[in-house]
Amino acid sequence: MTPAPLLRFLVCTALLLPGCAAGGTAGEHVLVFAAASLTDAFADLAEAFEAADPGIEVTVSTGASSALREQILEGAPADVYASANEANMRLIVEAGEAAAAPVVFARNDLVIAVPAGNPAGVTGLGDFARAELLIGLCAAQVPCGDFGRQVLAAAGIVPEPDTDEPNVRALLTKIEDGELDAGLVYRTDVAASRRVEGIEIPNRFNVEASYPIVVLAGSARPEAAGAFVAFVRSENGRAILEARGFTVP
Amino acid sequence: MTGLRPDRPPGAVMAAALLGLALFAAPLVGLLARTPWSRIGSVLTGPVATDALRISLLTSLAAAAVATALGIPLAWVLARWEFPGRSLVRGLVLLPMVLPPVVGGAALLYAFGRRGLIGEPVYDATGLLLPFSGWGVVVANAFVATPFLVVTVEAALRNLDPRFEAAGSVLGGGRWRVFRRITLPMIGPSVGAGVLLAWARALGEFGATVTFAGNLQGRTQTMPLAVFVALEQDRDTAIALSLVLVAVSLAVLVVLRDRWWRSW
Repeated sequence: MTPAPLLRFLVCTALLLPGCAAGGTAGEHVLVFAAASLTDAFADLAEAFEAADPGIEVTVSTGASSALREQILEGAPADVYASANEANMRLIVEAGEAAAAPVVFARNDLVIAVPAGNPAGVTGLGDFARAELLIGLCAAQVPCGDFGRQVLAAAGIVPEPDTDEPNVRALLTKIEDGELDAGLVYRTDVAASRRVEGIEIPNRFNVEASYPIVVLAGSARPEAAGAFVAFVRSENGRAILEARGFTVP
Repeated sequence: MTGLRPDRPPGAVMAAALLGLALFAAPLVGLLARTPWSRIGSVLTGPVATDALRISLLTSLAAAAVATALGIPLAWVLARWEFPGRSLVRGLVLLPMVLPPVVGGAALLYAFGRRGLIGEPVYDATGLLLPFSGWGVVVANAFVATPFLVVTVEAALRNLDPRFEAAGSVLGGGRWRVFRRITLPMIGPSVGAGVLLAWARALGEFGATVTFAGNLQGRTQTMPLAVFVALEQDRDTAIALSLVLVAVSLAVLVVLRDRWWRSW
């Protein structure tokens, strides 16, 4: 994105001027709310989409799926919502905020992330119960925290976490910096980082995260928003998601 | 003051002032409108809220103590000692007032974290670790709160008539004695204001705390952190805790009403 549209977007967002984003010469402007774990994939997707369809600009705002959901329910001017779990999407649909039925466009699962070199010698989920290690999870309120607790419960492990990070990127950063010995993050997060290593979780304990996407009922530009969603699900979009470590249905 | 009533500002100024007031009042009214009044008692005695209240109270009081112990000497040096680079030092001390707290938290991690410049040798030698502990919260809080005390106290020291201290010296008091017996009592109200302000800032601290000390209920989860995490799932708890923060902060600022601008 060039500076001028970015500036226009910021001004429009700050002032909440009606019709502001739709005006101008640069064409339509789609605001996508995407789960934190989609940060890199959606940056790629937005870039490829803009290159393929120069009439539409895409801005991706990422955060915890639950935080984004709340912002949408409070009237944030988003056009598309991509959640890291189905629970948050269900609340959007129940509130009448979805313009159509959400579709699952990607899947992900969890791995144990440790700092490069695995200084604490973590070998598996059992280490999450060791009080002497510095263990991080996502907060129970965000999808990665919910999934993480499901995995540990399935493995019969009562974790001794030292922090419940507000989103998966915050958790990953603390593992990258070596401040934590281990944490449960998405496979794609480990794929995206050179400074962490992944340790596999046995399939029988792991949880599959489904990512649904939908055009929002409050969108002032549903066609442009729909075009982006279609791109995410296209061959090109699927290839981009796979390159970032997701599995696509 | 007989008959000398100050003029009411012109209409345009009044209108702009009202608009400004609305900017600050509207969010508060919005919060009050969403408050689950009938459940507020049970919400505030729930485990998340009581843990957060306890940790916030302990860590913010400790941070205010640290701010006092370090801030008064800093203000003294900045107000009374001319040395090259004083402006730079003052800028450095006041930086946390304008720095995004998250950046402050990350910088604290790079200094005092397990792989930090100072944190690593300390951890290797003693096994002591600030992040993910209550002391980490105190350090993060003190980092953002101390500057408020420093500006308040430094301004008071500068506004003090130097003749009082000079007289104290002439009468045979050492520098330390003059400071304790003459200076400190005279700037006492400003010190009090600075401590209160620092405490209130520590109580509301979020970004540096979550970045440096993490977020764990019962250990490092302060009220602002609990509000942030609860907002997405347990809104009643989030709003009830927010109200406590609003009430305390408002009380502090009302108490400081004159002190704040008089000392500047």
